[in-house]
Amino acid sequence: MKLSRVLPIAGLAAVGATVANAETITVATVNNNDMVVMQSLTDAFEQSHPGIKLDWVVLEENVLRQRLTTDIATGGGQFDVMTIGTYEVPIWAERNWLTPLDNLPEDYQVDDLLQSVRDGLSYDGTLQALPFYAESSMMYYRKDLFDEAGITMPDQPTWQQVREWAGKLHDAEQEQYGICLRGKPGWGENMALVSTMVNSFGGRWFDMDWQPQIDSPAWQEAVSFYVDLLNDFGPPGASSNGFNENLALFSRGNCAMWVDATSAAGKLFDADQSKVADKLGFAPAPVAKTPKGSHWLWSWALAIPASSDSKDAARQFITWATSKDYIALVGDREGWTSVPPGTRTSTYENPNYQQSAPFAGFVLDAIQGADPTDSTLEPSPYTGVQFVGIPEFQSIGTQVGQMVAAALTGETTVEQALQASQRATERTMERAGYLD
Amino acid sequence: MTTARTHSVSGASASPVKRSPLASTLLNRRLWLGVLGWTLALMIFFPIFWMVLTGFKTEADAIADPSLIFSPTLENYAEVQSRAGYAKFAFNSVVVAFGSTLLALLIAIPAAYSMAFLPTKRTKGTLLWMLSTKMLPPVGVLVPIYLLFRDVGLLDTRTGLVIVYTLMNLPIVVWMLYTFFKDMPKDILEAGRMDGAGTLQEVIYLLLPLTLPGIASTGLLAVILSWNEAFWSLNLTSSQAAPLTAYIASFSSPEGLFWAKLSAASTMAIAPIIVFGWLTQKQMVRGLTFGAVK
Amino acid sequence: MSAGRVTPVGSFLATFMVTDMNKTRTSGRTIGGLRTLSLQAPAVSLLFLWMIVPLAMTVWFSLQRYNLLMPGMTGFAGLENYEYLFTDPALWSAMGTTLLMVGWVLVITVVGGTLLAVLFQQDFMGRGIARVLAISPFFVMPTVSALVWKNMMMHPANGVLSWVAESLGLPAVDWFSSLPLTSIIIIVAWQWLPFALLILLTAMQSLDEDQVEAARMDGAGPIAIFFFITLPHLKRAISVVIMIEMIFLLTIFAEIFVTTSGGPGLATTNLAYLIYIRALLDFDVGMASAGGVVAIILANIVAIFLVRMVAKNLEN
Repeated sequence: MKLSRVLPIAGLAAVGATVANAETITVATVNNNDMVVMQSLTDAFEQSHPGIKLDWVVLEENVLRQRLTTDIATGGGQFDVMTIGTYEVPIWAERNWLTPLDNLPEDYQVDDLLQSVRDGLSYDGTLQALPFYAESSMMYYRKDLFDEAGITMPDQPTWQQVREWAGKLHDAEQEQYGICLRGKPGWGENMALVSTMVNSFGGRWFDMDWQPQIDSPAWQEAVSFYVDLLNDFGPPGASSNGFNENLALFSRGNCAMWVDATSAAGKLFDADQSKVADKLGFAPAPVAKTPKGSHWLWSWALAIPASSDSKDAARQFITWATSKDYIALVGDREGWTSVPPGTRTSTYENPNYQQSAPFAGFVLDAIQGADPTDSTLEPSPYTGVQFVGIPEFQSIGTQVGQMVAAALTGETTVEQALQASQRATERTMERAGYLD
Repeated sequence: MTTARTHSVSGASASPVKRSPLASTLLNRRLWLGVLGWTLALMIFFPIFWMVLTGFKTEADAIADPSLIFSPTLENYAEVQSRAGYAKFAFNSVVVAFGSTLLALLIAIPAAYSMAFLPTKRTKGTLLWMLSTKMLPPVGVLVPIYLLFRDVGLLDTRTGLVIVYTLMNLPIVVWMLYTFFKDMPKDILEAGRMDGAGTLQEVIYLLLPLTLPGIASTGLLAVILSWNEAFWSLNLTSSQAAPLTAYIASFSSPEGLFWAKLSAASTMAIAPIIVFGWLTQKQMVRGLTFGAVK
Repeated sequence: MSAGRVTPVGSFLATFMVTDMNKTRTSGRTIGGLRTLSLQAPAVSLLFLWMIVPLAMTVWFSLQRYNLLMPGMTGFAGLENYEYLFTDPALWSAMGTTLLMVGWVLVITVVGGTLLAVLFQQDFMGRGIARVLAISPFFVMPTVSALVWKNMMMHPANGVLSWVAESLGLPAVDWFSSLPLTSIIIIVAWQWLPFALLILLTAMQSLDEDQVEAARMDGAGPIAIFFFITLPHLKRAISVVIMIEMIFLLTIFAEIFVTTSGGPGLATTNLAYLIYIRALLDFDVGMASAGGVVAIILANIVAIFLVRMVAKNLEN
C-alpha cells in the first residue's frame, strides 16, 4: 500500500476516533440534594473526562422509578446511567438487565466501600451498581426538652422508653408533640418504619414457605404500639405525613423525637433550614425484643443498563461519581456536612468529616449494623430490612401501608387492618406463584 | 340587515345618560357587582398567590406559620435557574403545546363546521364516539404505547409528543368548536351566502371572525391541557424533548424541604401561560359589530 | 377509547357510506361544493386509528399473562386477569369512590361555573383582570396544585386554612385524615372550576342581547331572566362541560398520588389509582390492561346516563 494512501486513511481514522469519543450519556437520577450537587459538578467531570458530555434527567423518586423500570424492562435504551436503590438492584440483576461491574480500576478502591452497602448492591457475588449514598435510620431528639424534663438518653433506647418520654414531653396546646413518625401510605414511606418496628418486635413479613405473617402476634403488637404511640403523642394529620412533612415539623421545633432516615441529619444540622440545629441530639433507632432489623438500610446507586450503547463512558462516569476524589470535591465545594454519606470507610475516617458532622459515628454504626440478609428474629426467605426484595413488594407494601394508615386514623381497628392486609397479600402471593 | 346593531359588552345595557334618574342606583349595582366579582376572583386566585409568594421565602419561612411578613429572597429563583435548563424545557413546552393545538385546530375546524352546519343523522353518534375515545385511562395503556414508540423511534422526540397530544385533545377541540359554531346565529351566514360567498370564503371571512371567542377559548384550553399534561410528557421523554412538566417534577418531593423551590419553579412554569391567557381572554369578548363585518 | 359500542362504530361506518353529497339540508337549502365527508374524514379517521391501536393492544394484553418484571412468564391467560380484578374486595369501593368524586366535582364546577359566568358577564371595573384571576387555577400543574393545597392550605399545623380557623376561634380541621375524600374533591373542583367558567363565559357571548333587553322592558327581574333566558341558552355549553369534565374526572390520578396515596385505607382510591397499585406498581401489564378495559366500561356506562340526560340538548 502506497504511503500516500495510508496517510489519508490514517488521518481519517484519527479524526474518526476523536469524533467518536465525543459521546453524550444520559444520566437519570433522583432529585435529592446530593444528586443535585452531582449535577452541579458536571463541569468538573466534563473537564477531567474530555469527550464525554452529560445529559441529565432529574425526577422525583416515584416518577423516576416508574420511568426507569418501564424503560429497562422494555429495552427502551433511553438511559445510560440509572440511579436505582438496593430494592431494584438484585431484582434487575437477576433478570440480566444490568451490566455487572467487575474489573473496577485499582484506584477506585472498591474495598473501601462499606460492606453491608456493597452486599446490598451485589448479585451472585458481583457488584451491579456503585453506591452513591447510603442511609439507615436513627432517632433524633431535642436535647433541650430532654434536659428540661430531666431525661438522659441511654446508649440504646427501647420503644417502651420512647413511649414514656413522649408522654412526658407531649403538649398539644403548644404544638409540641411527643413524637413524630411517618404515617403516609407507601412501601417506602410508612411501611419502611413500620417494617423495622415489626422486625424489632420479633416479626417478619413471610415465613420460610413464603406464607405472609401479617396477622401474627408480633405484627399485632408492633402495629398497635405504633398506632397508639402516634395517636396519643403524635401530631395531627399524622396519616398523611411522610419524611418531608416530618422533617418540616421537626425543623420548626414541633417534635420532641423523630425516628427516621439518617440522611435527615445533615439537614437538621443546617441552621439555614432548621430552627433546632443547636438543640439536636442523636441516638440509635429504638429496639423492642431484638435489635435485629430495628434500623433500615437503603442506598441510592448508579447502574448501567444492559441496553445502553455507551457503557464505557457510563462506567467512567459512575466510577468518578462514587470515588473518594468526588467525595473530597464535594467536601471542598459544598462543605463536609453535605458530602454523600454512608458509602466509604474513608469518609468516616476523614478528620474533616468527623469534625463537621458529629452524627457521623451514629450513622456509620447504623449502616454497618444493618444486615439485609439477617434482619428478623426468626429466619425469613427474603433480603431487605425495611422491604422484601421481591418484585411484588411495591404493590404489597403500599396496600398494607394503606391499611395501616386506616388503623391510624381510626377508620378500622388494628386487627381488621392487619387481617385485610393478610388477605390481600395472600392473594398477591398466590397470583405470583409463591404459594403453590 | 341594514340597521347596525351595537352589542354592548356589559350586561347593563343602555348608556347611563338615558337613565340619569337611575344613575345612582346603577352605579351602586356596578359597585356591588365589582365587589362580589373581585372577592370571588381573589378567593379563587388565593392559593396561587400564596404559591407565588412562597417562591420568595426561604425554605424555613415556607414551612413556618403563614405570614405575609417575611424577608424576601431570590435564592430560590437562583437555585432553580442554576439547576435545570429552564429555556430548554420551556421551549419544548411551547413547541409541543402550541404545535399540537394548531394541528388539532386545523383538523377540527373543518370537522366541527360540517357537523354544526351540515348535520347528518350520524353526527350525534360520531360526536359521542369521538369523546369516548378519551375514556381509556393512560395508566392502563402506558406499556403498549411505550413499546410502539420505541419501535417507531419516537421516544424522547417533540414530534412524538405533538402527535400524542393532538390525538389526545382532538375530541375535546372538535366538541367545543362544534358547540360554539352551533351557537352562531344562522342569519349571518345566510346573509353571507346570499351575497354569493362560497363555502371556503364563508368559513374564513365570516365564520372565523364571528366565532373568534369560541376558537380562542378552545385554543387556550387545548394549550393548557397540553402544557400541564404530566403523564405522557414524563414517560415518553428523557432529556431532549422533556417539557416543563419534567422541570417541575425535578423540584417536587425530593428528600428535604422543597416547597419554596417548587413554588418558584411553578411560578416560572405558569408565567408564559398566564401571559397567553391574558392575551387570549381579550379575544373572547365579542365586541364586533355586525355592520363592521361587511 | 370506546369499548366498542355498536352505535358509534356503526354510525362511523355509516358516515363513510353516505354517498349523496348534495342532499337537502333541513332548512331546505342545498350544500354547495364541499363534501361533508372530506371535512370530517381527517378528524374521524385519525381518531379511529388512535382509538383502535391502543385499544386493540390493551384488550390483547388483558388476555395475556404479561409482567414486565417476569419476562419468562407469558402465555394466554384468558379471563384470568379479569377474574382476579373482579374478586378484588377493593374494586367496588374504588368504583364507588370514582363515582362520588366525579359527581361532586361536576356539581360544584357546573353550578359554580354558571353563577360565576353570569357574574363575570356583567360589567364592572377591572373585569378582564378578575376574569384571568378566576381562570388561573387551571394553569397550574395538577401535582403542584395538590401539593400547594396539601402543605400550604390544608396543613393542620401551618396551613392557611387552619390559621384562618384559629383566628376565628374554630378548631383546625385535619383535612386529609378525617375528610380525605372531601379534600380531594375540593382540590379537583378548584382546578376545574375555571374550565367550566371559561366555556360558559364564552357561550354567554353569543347570548342575544336583544332578547334580554326585550325581557327587561317587559319587566322581568334578573332572576327570571336567568332562569328563562340565560340558562336555556347555556344548556348546550353545560352539557359539553359535563361531558368533557367527566372524561377527565374519571381518571383523576395525580392529585391522589401526591396527597393521600389512596388512603387512609381505601378512602380516596378510585379506579385509576386501584389499577396503579394493583397492576402498575407490579408492572403487571396484563392486569393493568384488564383494569383499563374495566375503566372504559365504567366510563361508557356513566356516559350513557349523562347522554340520556343531556341528549336533547345536542340537537337544537
